[in-house]
Amino acid sequence: MLSLPVYIIASVIKTVLVIFILLTAVAYTVWLERKVVGHIQNRWGPTRVGPFGLLQPLADGVKFLVKEDLTPPHVYRPLFIAAPMIAVICALTSISVIPFGNSITIRGYQIPLQITDVNTGLLVVLGVTSIGVYGVALAGWSSNNKYSLLGGLRASAQMVSYEICLGLSLVGVLIVSGSFSLREIVQAQSGHFWGFLPKWNILYGGQFVAFFVYLMAAYAETNRIPFDLPEAETELVAGYHTEYSAMKFAMFFMAEYANMITVACLATLLFLGGWSGPVFGPPLLRSLLPVFWFVAKVFVFLFIYIWVRGTLPRFRYDQLMAFGWKFLFPLAIANLVVTALFVAYFSPK
Amino acid sequence: MLHLILFLVFGAICVAGAINLLAQSHPISSALSLVVVMASLAVEYLLLGAEFVAAVQVIVYAGAVMVLFIFVIMLLNAGEEERTKGSKVAMILGVPGILTAGLLIAWTLIHRSNAGSVTLGALPGSPQTIGKLLFHDFLLPFEVTSVLVLIAIMGAVVLAQRAETPNLPPGKEI
Repeated sequence: MLSLPVYIIASVIKTVLVIFILLTAVAYTVWLERKVVGHIQNRWGPTRVGPFGLLQPLADGVKFLVKEDLTPPHVYRPLFIAAPMIAVICALTSISVIPFGNSITIRGYQIPLQITDVNTGLLVVLGVTSIGVYGVALAGWSSNNKYSLLGGLRASAQMVSYEICLGLSLVGVLIVSGSFSLREIVQAQSGHFWGFLPKWNILYGGQFVAFFVYLMAAYAETNRIPFDLPEAETELVAGYHTEYSAMKFAMFFMAEYANMITVACLATLLFLGGWSGPVFGPPLLRSLLPVFWFVAKVFVFLFIYIWVRGTLPRFRYDQLMAFGWKFLFPLAIANLVVTALFVAYFSPK
Repeated sequence: MLHLILFLVFGAICVAGAINLLAQSHPISSALSLVVVMASLAVEYLLLGAEFVAAVQVIVYAGAVMVLFIFVIMLLNAGEEERTKGSKVAMILGVPGILTAGLLIAWTLIHRSNAGSVTLGALPGSPQTIGKLLFHDFLLPFEVTSVLVLIAIMGAVVLAQRAETPNLPPGKEI
């Protein structure tokens, strides 16, 4: 147990560090997306600003900061201003319970690599992201614009529907791990079976169906192609953020990418074994390698996100809803029943 | 001590949200006040020690039920409410009635505090405890409730289907 001053100092440092890294990761996920999608479409992506266009996110940030912030005359002002804030606050808050690795020891103090360890961490993430829907829905409504309203309606219907599939896909993992704490779920996945295969939930727990459901639901939850109906530019101009400009628009952008990263972190923790991986070498390397494995897995997940965006077309809205309710939902329930039966049969008496 | 201060603060926010819910004339503002009520109730549960109930309160009520409320308000494009002057009966009987009932409840709770009090953070609210309670002691009520919800869903489906059957033979309209 840490003493109170040390605890506060450690928490503040961790919070600042994590938010800084998260925002940087958000900026460079945008860069990565533009680069990868560019190459998929046989273009170069950003190349002008810095080597490989690496300074492009900074240039974009400066542009967002200095652009004129327009507020259209007929919007409902309080909610119009609050909506992007709700979106970005919820997106940034959910990272606070995500563990990035084991604890490290600095000057005799054991500091866990996580802002706060809540024993219902998974539920906290789900709760915070479910509040995030308000950002999108209220943005659509308060803009007083039919395209925005349609985008907001689509977003709220889609997110509420897919949240059920998302939650059900996680229940299988919870049954296998027997805990709500993200740290304990990861610890339950350490070790190997059959000599070499890692004991990740997707393999050892047999949760590959759940992983598939989670993947699909996560695309829908974060409004990404092929489920980006709320901002389908061919039908709705830009959907719920049509009327937003400058920093308010950037907030929605940041929220979307921060949500992507949170979803990728959750997938890593719940299905891909978190920070577990081969650890070797001197003590410093030993303490940093788990974080490296964690980041590598998150990166793979983000890459798949971008890959899908570059290859798949957009669904129709009725197809989206039918897919969610008639295919994913029964699949998630079937997975839940099968997992529960297996665990009940094989668990020690 | 900190817990008590937080408990009182969020209790006040909860009551303020509930009053604001009635005072606002626009449906969206009312619905958002209700979200505030739900969220601060969740914090109260958390402070009492029922972290699972708190999380479920946020996920289900603030995150799903109220989103659907707002969805419907947006869909119907409901405008400002019309104000009436209010009925005299409500003013003469209702306000004193509410005051008396509130005082009665407060008086009973203070003088019979052993009837159902819990200290802060002491509520056994872990997921394991709740699971055991729901699936052992309260299994029958739990299942009956789920059947009730199922009936409600089926009722909603039947009501929604009614408009979509225009090809019935004459004289057979529902």
